[in-house]
Amino acid sequence: MKGLKKKRRIQIIVLAFVALAGSTALIGYAMRDGINFFRAPAQVMADPPSSGEVFRIGGLVAEGSLVRGQGEQITFSVTDGAATVPVTYTGVLPDLFAEGQGMVGTGRYVNGVFEASEILAKHDENYMPKEVIDALKAQGVYEAPNAEVPPS
Amino acid sequence: MSLWEYANPTRFMATTRRIVPVVAVLSALCLAVGLVWGFFFTPDDYRQGSTVKIIYIHVPSAMMAINAWAMMLVASLIWLVRRHHVSALAARAAAPVGAVMTLIALITGAIWGQPMWGTWWAWDPRLTSFLILFLFYLGYVALWSAIEDPDIAADLTSVLCIVGSVFAMLSRYAVNFWNQGLHQGASLSMDREEHVADVFYYPLLLAIAGFVLLFVTLVLVRTRTEIRARRLHALQMRARMA
Repeated sequence: MKGLKKKRRIQIIVLAFVALAGSTALIGYAMRDGINFFRAPAQVMADPPSSGEVFRIGGLVAEGSLVRGQGEQITFSVTDGAATVPVTYTGVLPDLFAEGQGMVGTGRYVNGVFEASEILAKHDENYMPKEVIDALKAQGVYEAPNAEVPPS
Repeated sequence: MSLWEYANPTRFMATTRRIVPVVAVLSALCLAVGLVWGFFFTPDDYRQGSTVKIIYIHVPSAMMAINAWAMMLVASLIWLVRRHHVSALAARAAAPVGAVMTLIALITGAIWGQPMWGTWWAWDPRLTSFLILFLFYLGYVALWSAIEDPDIAADLTSVLCIVGSVFAMLSRYAVNFWNQGLHQGASLSMDREEHVADVFYYPLLLAIAGFVLLFVTLVLVRTRTEIRARRLHALQMRARMA
């Protein structure tokens, strides 16, 4: 850089930025499938993975589907609006796990049931004091903030 | 009078000597009020309980981690184009501060993630690019120390800074490109949609202001140190010649 004129330095920098942006875009494009952290239920239904494949599934916990069985056994359904997949899990659920909220599970899809080995809760970007929610609920005007529905 | 006059080290030293105490006091005020308010005088969140309070550290430090890299990028470009030494030294001075901000955000994020998500760490696009940004900070600091000639060091670290800015951009905007990640989207956005209730919002704004001022203070102090160290080096060289 030392021996170059200022104009040429600017030209090199601009060129470097164009090359960098281009390569980033190409890598992002090439990895557009692999970079997804999880698959939506609709994707799993459309293209069911083999029972040996370990993958992540993500979506909302369907309302009224959460059933706590013997011990730590839990069954519920995960939905993205378009499709619903039943899930079984044995273990402790994270604090934020609730019906109508987002979750991401790791496991295998066996005979139409997702057998999860790990369950993570997804948090939305809403922050509200507990007292406000309680007051809204007491007045009957509380609407659950839209937990994001993953695009299919 | 042009802005570039501050690229003169003497001018820079004279101006910052007066600015540093002011920003230092302001930063301490904002941090003290914002953090005490946030930690002790805000209600619990409706889903997270008191774990929500970690946002007063996590959000500002993560923001500053990315903003610090953006500041280093601007300083590096000024160095590459206009060859102002103060600019290169400011970029060098900001790197360890940014690295610590990144580390704070990574640690507080893990502490929050364990009870909330159910895991300390996930290979989510945003988390991963943030970790890579941290490694870039370490590499940047190491590269400065590895090269003897200050001008060559400034050139090469500037190039590293340009490349690393990809990951600084990704850690901020990855949630917009791939919305199938684990990390939530931006709660504070320019469109001013209400995501954060006002009781959490105002102390958070104060904490963010405090972190910004803290960053400015530390970078100014460290740049002044760098300039003095370089002067000292020049004087020693001259003494050896004589």
